[in-house]
Amino acid sequence: MLKTFTKGGVHPAENKLSVNQKIIDLDLPASVSIPISMHLGVPSKPLVEKGSEVKVGQLIAAGAGFVSANIHSPFSGKILKLDKSLDTSGYKRDSIFIDIEGDTWLPEIDRSSDIKKEFSYSAEEIIQKIKDAGIVGLGGATFPSHVKLSIPRGRKAEYLIINGVECEPYLTADHVLMLEKSEELLIGTSLLMKGLKVDKAVIGIENNKPDAIEKLQKIALNYKGISVQALKVKYPQGGEKQLIKSILNREVPSGGLPVDIGAVVFNVGTAFAVYEAIQKNKPLIERIVTVTGKKLKKPSNFRVRIGTPIKMLIEAAGGLPDDTGKVINGGPMMGKALPDTSIPVVKGSSGILLIPAEESKRKKVEPCIRCSKCVSVCPLGLEPYLLMALSQKSLFERLEAERVMDCIECGSCSYICPSGRPLLDYIRLGKSEVGKIIRSRKK
Amino acid sequence: MDKLITVSPSPHIHSGQSVEKLMYGVVIALVPAFIVSLFFYGIGAIIITGISIISCILFEYLIQKFLLKTEVRIADGSAMVTGLLLAFNLPSNLPWWIIIIGALVSIGIGKMTFGGLGNNPFNPALVGRVFLLISFPVQMTSYPVPSGMSTPYISNIEGFTGPTPLGILKEGLKQGTPVAELMRDLPSHLDLFVGNMGGSMGEIAGAALLLGMLYLLIRKIITWHIPVSIIATVFLFTGILYLINPVKNADPLFHILTGGLLLGAIFMATDYVTSPMTPPGMLIYGVGIGLITIIIRVYGAYPEGVSFAILIMNGFVPLLNRYIKPKRFGEEVKNG
Repeated sequence: MLKTFTKGGVHPAENKLSVNQKIIDLDLPASVSIPISMHLGVPSKPLVEKGSEVKVGQLIAAGAGFVSANIHSPFSGKILKLDKSLDTSGYKRDSIFIDIEGDTWLPEIDRSSDIKKEFSYSAEEIIQKIKDAGIVGLGGATFPSHVKLSIPRGRKAEYLIINGVECEPYLTADHVLMLEKSEELLIGTSLLMKGLKVDKAVIGIENNKPDAIEKLQKIALNYKGISVQALKVKYPQGGEKQLIKSILNREVPSGGLPVDIGAVVFNVGTAFAVYEAIQKNKPLIERIVTVTGKKLKKPSNFRVRIGTPIKMLIEAAGGLPDDTGKVINGGPMMGKALPDTSIPVVKGSSGILLIPAEESKRKKVEPCIRCSKCVSVCPLGLEPYLLMALSQKSLFERLEAERVMDCIECGSCSYICPSGRPLLDYIRLGKSEVGKIIRSRKK
Repeated sequence: MDKLITVSPSPHIHSGQSVEKLMYGVVIALVPAFIVSLFFYGIGAIIITGISIISCILFEYLIQKFLLKTEVRIADGSAMVTGLLLAFNLPSNLPWWIIIIGALVSIGIGKMTFGGLGNNPFNPALVGRVFLLISFPVQMTSYPVPSGMSTPYISNIEGFTGPTPLGILKEGLKQGTPVAELMRDLPSHLDLFVGNMGGSMGEIAGAALLLGMLYLLIRKIITWHIPVSIIATVFLFTGILYLINPVKNADPLFHILTGGLLLGAIFMATDYVTSPMTPPGMLIYGVGIGLITIIIRVYGAYPEGVSFAILIMNGFVPLLNRYIKPKRFGEEVKNG
């Protein structure tokens, strides 16, 4: 029996259309806008002004506070303006506009493909370098990585878990990265182990990627303390809490952090970015993005500079199909529908998914038949039907008592509901209200 | 972009699961039991089922269209399931007009008065069945003797009707006859298993009902919790009674195969709307149904009791939903 988490979960059609596509480098755009808020936490503070010349890799916005992240220019050229621009949040937010000229990199960045294995940094140096490089969680949550590496006093990390699950249907960015950058990924993992001062790391990969499991298993033999764990395919196994449960059989307590039970989780993309930042002096300026969709001509995996407008990715993958109904940043279960294709790729963009018009409209909402399927698929053991009803009735105290804040918004409840009820929509509403109440109580 | 695209919150895909698929899944699961009934009771099975389904759907249509003036939802399959289950709980020689009254009570009082699908606290088919049982006790308890495909529909002729195995047991025990002696006149366990006994149309075919359960479990229409907890409770409870006094108590297998226990455990108690929402709630509900069934059978006036037991436990469902919570993730932290 393969390992997996025990509570709830669903199994949507995998639709990994771009699975056999090698990573392709994308051409550079003519001009871009780089949002200064591409991470969870405080937006960064711009360091450039109109007319400044920038090179690739140059710091253009500094992290403002502990939970924030540096931003480096992915392009060379001139700063056009600092203005608001539509980003993946769907809102217009502060961005740095760059007119691109040539492709001049900072000289200290090692652009060769040589693999550099040796390092002799201390844990503190590693964390500092990760912070300097502006690395955030590339699985989609974009939590600044140096914060995760700074273990709160009184806690101790015991295991590093590398998330290669990629449980979202359609997405293959992590899969191709594991295949093509295996060695780098393991070096990045070793660096993170050093930074966390742990001697055990487990790379969790779902069993629908046997080639990646085999390859990493073979290479991991040369790395002390790193093992690869094959997992049964089940959504949302890529969720931090579910992945820890699958691999270590430990449960993160409600309201707690993974490190409370000795685990710290990083995505494979993040581990690769850590390798590049430390061994190659390359800050986080590009990432792997899957561009996919049932009607798309060439579903692909691109290496893309942050800030590239997503319409360029779609063009490179064969163009926007005529009957596209939805453009999603991320996967179909947790991704965000975008209002426009001029929006730039950000640090957290793992994929661009185009959904045909006929699959874009939601099912008609019918009465709850109390089938309890939402309860049985909830990976947190919550009762989505009840949370929705309480949210509709604004019963926020009971909503909190029913643990609405534990919800990870995986969407399994809305996905399974035979009556097409918007369970997660109402749960989000309830979470935001209860969140406000909790914050006002702390004041 | 020159064209409009949809922007809505995640998730952006759906399982394709629907109320219709679930309801028609239940219908499919009932087909084997229907075929067995047809085999033992003939044309009556078709007449009863037809009248029951048609009148349930018709009453739902009329009430939605003219009384409530809401959207007509007869196509969702729930009225059909109610009709089918009501028919399965009736003797196959029941006069047509009684069936129509039963359908009216099921749909009208059991379901629509509470607001229709999803809102009724009690299983509509059982509300109809119990209403008929109390109002027409004679017609509701004279079952045709199973005599194959050629069994006539109206068989009130002497010799063509008979009591159920549990009825015989109850009557016999009342007169002080030991169980072992009564068993000689009763159908064998094998007969009970295949459905060769007197009883309501759909309750007789243990094997076929279990086949239906297998289908429901594989298609994930129901979970094991309710049927297994009911059957296990009945087995244990009657097992203990049987061990204490085999002269006065029938064996556990006899109890499981008779009196609509399997029909109730698999198809009636698992009704989505009227059963608990959490696995631990379902187990308590199932144990409750098992216990009440046997208390009625052994100590009560009715030979059966599944219908009453389910309706009583239906009444506890809101309470179970309120206080019996699923085990939350990260609740008991046992690490290692």
